[in-house]
Amino acid sequence: MHEMSLCEGILQVLETESQKQGFDCVKNVWLEIGDLAGVETEALLFCFDAVTRDSLADRAKLNIIHTPGSAWCLKCAKNVSVKQRFDECPQCGSYQLQVTGGDEMRIKELEVE
Amino acid sequence: MCTVCGCGEGETKIEGEPRRHDHHHHHEHGHDYGEGPAHAHAPGMSQSRMVQIEQDILGKNNEYAMANRGYFLQKGMLTLNLVSSPGSGKTTLLTSTLNELKDEFPQVVIEGDQQTSNDAERIRETGVAAIQINTGKGCHLDAHQVGHAVDHLDAPDTSVLYIENVGNLVCPAAFDLGEAHKVAILSITEGEDKPLKYPDMFHAANLLLLSKIDLLPHLDFDVGKCIEYAQRINPGIKVIQLSGKTGEGMDSWYRWVRANRQIAMIDCPVAQSDGGA
Repeated sequence: MHEMSLCEGILQVLETESQKQGFDCVKNVWLEIGDLAGVETEALLFCFDAVTRDSLADRAKLNIIHTPGSAWCLKCAKNVSVKQRFDECPQCGSYQLQVTGGDEMRIKELEVE
Repeated sequence: MCTVCGCGEGETKIEGEPRRHDHHHHHEHGHDYGEGPAHAHAPGMSQSRMVQIEQDILGKNNEYAMANRGYFLQKGMLTLNLVSSPGSGKTTLLTSTLNELKDEFPQVVIEGDQQTSNDAERIRETGVAAIQINTGKGCHLDAHQVGHAVDHLDAPDTSVLYIENVGNLVCPAAFDLGEAHKVAILSITEGEDKPLKYPDMFHAANLLLLSKIDLLPHLDFDVGKCIEYAQRINPGIKVIQLSGKTGEGMDSWYRWVRANRQIAMIDCPVAQSDGGA
């Protein structure tokens, strides 16, 4: 979905941070993307190159750290791991699950100079 | 795109006018950027270092959404973000709703489409104020566009604002606009497994309107299964079956809107002075 907008969002954050933290070139970006975040990694990499051209992150490398999906099963009353939003509880088969993790999209750290 | 506030200078249009970059919108944000990043590298001086930032990619959008939400709260407004595939009957449903409720309380509409202002014109025929946002190449509305549109609209206190998002079940799920609720509309001509195919949207919505229910005798649509699928994704989702054409089920939807407007007005100083009518 909307990977182009996400990359524009990343670039905005980089530009804001470059002012705050005093750097003018970004070499590496580490993103944390949850398995349930609905982000297509390939599309994100492709768009990132296009969006950052001639910016402070020109030729920066995008590194993606995948975080697993997790949910609270109301029946088992505990946390279980899920791969998709519509997965059933791997222990009891219930669909009464509340996603508790794996939907994040965060910029974790940068290598800058 | 303007990297200061995210204003698209290319494709986005409000009421056919390119969005001007004058920043009179109600949310405040600092703009002291100078000349942008300097590309000055002194030879031998550059040294890589690591910077921890831990920021949400959609953080900027979420800031605008929070500003919008604060504005709606202060005015005692109920804001609904209507999301669906193209052709689910959103605009028909909306015009019926506006006609039914327009004598009870003020209503305003923001219409999002890639192109044309056809939908805003259909809405204005009901006598309700509407503003069109054309997203150009964009596939969803974002909170910043909505902030601009709200400025244009100047909605009355305690009104209901309906935001008709771009017909798309994927991207609008991720973009908070500052609304109280996302309302997903699924027409029964689309197939009952749509909640499973587009889980993010049905997870983000609080209410599912199953529309065009009058066509049920002509289709193989399994209503029970569709509701079961939606509740798999989102155990708390409420479902109303309705038809904008025959009026079936519309009363339940109107009651939902009225009840949620009452909730939006609780403890709002502006709402108490007008008696909460």
